[in-house]
Amino acid sequence: MINAEPSGPAQVQLISGDDDVVRVRQLVRAAAVATKLSLVDQTKLVTAASELARNTLRHGGGGRAEVQPVNNGRRNGLRIIFVDEGPGIPDVDRAFADGFSTAGGLGLGLSGSRRLMDEFELVTEAGAGTTVTAVKWER
Amino acid sequence: MDRIPVLALGDVLLVSIQVDLEDQLALALQEDLSDRIVSTGAHGVIIDITALDIVDSFVGRMLATIAAVSKVLDAETVVVGMRPAVAITLVELGLPLRGVRTALNVELGLKLLREVRLGAFASAVDSRPDPTGDTSAPPDLQ
Repeated sequence: MINAEPSGPAQVQLISGDDDVVRVRQLVRAAAVATKLSLVDQTKLVTAASELARNTLRHGGGGRAEVQPVNNGRRNGLRIIFVDEGPGIPDVDRAFADGFSTAGGLGLGLSGSRRLMDEFELVTEAGAGTTVTAVKWER
Repeated sequence: MDRIPVLALGDVLLVSIQVDLEDQLALALQEDLSDRIVSTGAHGVIIDITALDIVDSFVGRMLATIAAVSKVLDAETVVVGMRPAVAITLVELGLPLRGVRTALNVELGLKLLREVRLGAFASAVDSRPDPTGDTSAPPDLQ
């Protein structure tokens, strides 16, 4: 479990098309600025959010993103959660391997976004969907 | 559907991406550029990404594909204006864009294209069998 207590309201964006991936990026960017993340950390966070939102759309058949400021007692951060009710990920280890792709992409979505974030948690169940929770902390 | 404008400057095509790229728009740009390279006979493509605050794996792949396709169509691609934070993020994401030429701005990009073009021409001339045994470069390159 990720130790992160909500410290502000959550914002939700539904993901059902390409334009929603853009909306998720804009929502996360605005929240990252409000959380006072550095420019490099903002860029990493928004890039990871873009990868995860695309995964939700392409692999999960759509879903939603939730963006919320959090605190772990020492630092402020931003938590992003992506939820879909798609087919789930049958082989998580393979899905995390660089270059593994089932959607014709580069296979960097999961592995790359995990590298860009400070905390990363994936819960998936065959036939029931996938939830990715990730946090970027203020330095 | 919206399109990203492709400007022709001599034998160079210039694209400046000024909007937050939707995946479909990125794919359309890829096709438009290939068509324009063939219809104009351009030898260079400059893609200005100064306005992009992120480049994710989808857009990174688009840039690499454009570079590879234009190469096959006898044009070189230079990506210019990448922000430092974007460069750091791309490398950490695992997408260092090997095979894509980059320059800091449009002016340096144009200079790089000229050098690449001259270099390619000079080596083509050098490797041509020369019955006279004259190895000096042709006057127009001196």
